[in-house]
Amino acid sequence: MFEDFFNVVKKRFNDTSDEDQAETVKCPRCQSSIILSRYEELHRVCPNCNYHGRLSAKERISITADKDSFCEFDAGMKSCNPIDFPEYAEKQAELRESTGLNDAVVTGTATIKGSPVVLGIMDSRYMMGSMGSVVGEKITRAFEYAAEHDLPVVLFTASGGARMQEGIVSLMQMAKTSGAVKMHSDTGNLYITVMTDPTTGGVTASFASLGDIIIAEPKVLIGFAGRRVIEGTIKQRLPDDFQLAEFMHEKGFVDMIVERRKMRSVLSHLLKLHGYVPKPEGEV
Amino acid sequence: MEEKRSAWERLQLVHTKGRPTIRDYIPLIFTDFYEMHGDRLFGDDKAVIGGIARLDGQPVTIIAQVKGRDINENKTCNFAMPHPEGYRKALRLAKQAEKFHRPVICFIDTPGAFCGVAAEERGQGEAIAKNIAEFMTLRTPIISIVLGEGGSGGALALGVCDELAMLENAEYSVLSPRGFASILWKDASREQEASEIMMITAEDMVRLGVAETIIEEPLGGAHNDLDKISENIKEYLSLKIPEKCKKDIDVLLKERYTKFRKIGEFTE
Repeated sequence: MFEDFFNVVKKRFNDTSDEDQAETVKCPRCQSSIILSRYEELHRVCPNCNYHGRLSAKERISITADKDSFCEFDAGMKSCNPIDFPEYAEKQAELRESTGLNDAVVTGTATIKGSPVVLGIMDSRYMMGSMGSVVGEKITRAFEYAAEHDLPVVLFTASGGARMQEGIVSLMQMAKTSGAVKMHSDTGNLYITVMTDPTTGGVTASFASLGDIIIAEPKVLIGFAGRRVIEGTIKQRLPDDFQLAEFMHEKGFVDMIVERRKMRSVLSHLLKLHGYVPKPEGEV
Repeated sequence: MEEKRSAWERLQLVHTKGRPTIRDYIPLIFTDFYEMHGDRLFGDDKAVIGGIARLDGQPVTIIAQVKGRDINENKTCNFAMPHPEGYRKALRLAKQAEKFHRPVICFIDTPGAFCGVAAEERGQGEAIAKNIAEFMTLRTPIISIVLGEGGSGGALALGVCDELAMLENAEYSVLSPRGFASILWKDASREQEASEIMMITAEDMVRLGVAETIIEEPLGGAHNDLDKISENIKEYLSLKIPEKCKKDIDVLLKERYTKFRKIGEFTE
């Protein structure tokens, strides 16, 4: 659905020294080469253009939640094949193997600098973070849990949109998740969306756009329709910054753009501003 | 009697020139139609029409996607592909209906929300998301009917309802079969193949729990007998609207939430 995100270029110089064997990646925004170890040190932020690259759910949890605070919901939930789509089951089996995930979202409870939250993190490595039955159900349950326990929700979105292989069933997940967001909102609890790369299609057109506060990481792609679809409609090339976080911020659909290194601290402040304070010691 | 046809054949029927549009149906189903314009924010999207009318004497709010009957009409209504202001007009009228305790009847007939620069700049995603969420808790009955094409999120923005009916040959899909083929197989010409595996027919919708009712079309399709198909739609609405209006609104809202809540297949 989207171009490969990181073209891992393995430069081998047939040399014995470690430095010469350094693996590099190419930034998908500015195309500059970055030494992989440096890139990982920066938590996948391009040192040249500040594009915030894609993280796995596991990496995201480790830089967002308090150490060992994350407690996962529905870890074993797996998708069926509602429209008997050819090779869907095989594709999923492969992805489970290669990513260690059962589907494209991980949800659970955690604390952020002590404040309790329900945390949801989409992982674009799994079928481009597309939303099928499992993503829909897990996100719905996360909001229902948060509503029931008077908790805020922080959701990191990363998705190409609805999962084509589940047909109309995936479209209906937009209604299901948005219904749960509304229900949670009506209990007076906070929902913060953090849009990461990419947030598009049916996810933009449902729960991602419904946050009380919408944060985006720098330079990430945010939009409804795919760039190529629009270019096909208007028969001309779109400017490079079209549908980037900064563009959506300018147009009024993103409250703030926050760098990864400051994210945890910003989330913590926002949670506390809404009264979600750390529990006194000794209380469970 | 319902006729046996493949998804592809039904898709051809939906695209037949002369297939009735909402503009044909309104005078035959409703009386006293007053069209309302604009979202009060940006402008008036001609791809979505809405207003107040009477159904069997009872005031109702109508919100509909409009297809053109010829190229000029289609230019005006953008081939029934709404911009964000179309969805925001729909929401404004839905909220108006809630205030005045009128049931809402949505007619879905769109290839999808418009994909363009202006639509992105004005927040197509946000507009659709907001409709979906707000319709879920709108405190008045909502019935939606898919007249022809129900394409993706652009259709769902008018599709959160207490009951969904499909005209017999109508389709509802996550994306148009053409777009589906283009995304999954990088080959838009495999449209027919896509239409056959996507499960997009009225029967599929009932089986998957997306729709409750199929409204029978005249032999050969809706375009063959406008009076008859209008009568069938009216008969359905005249039965369902009073039924939904009688229900306690909190019960209705709970049922609406559950209708969508239970869609999805997974194991754990």
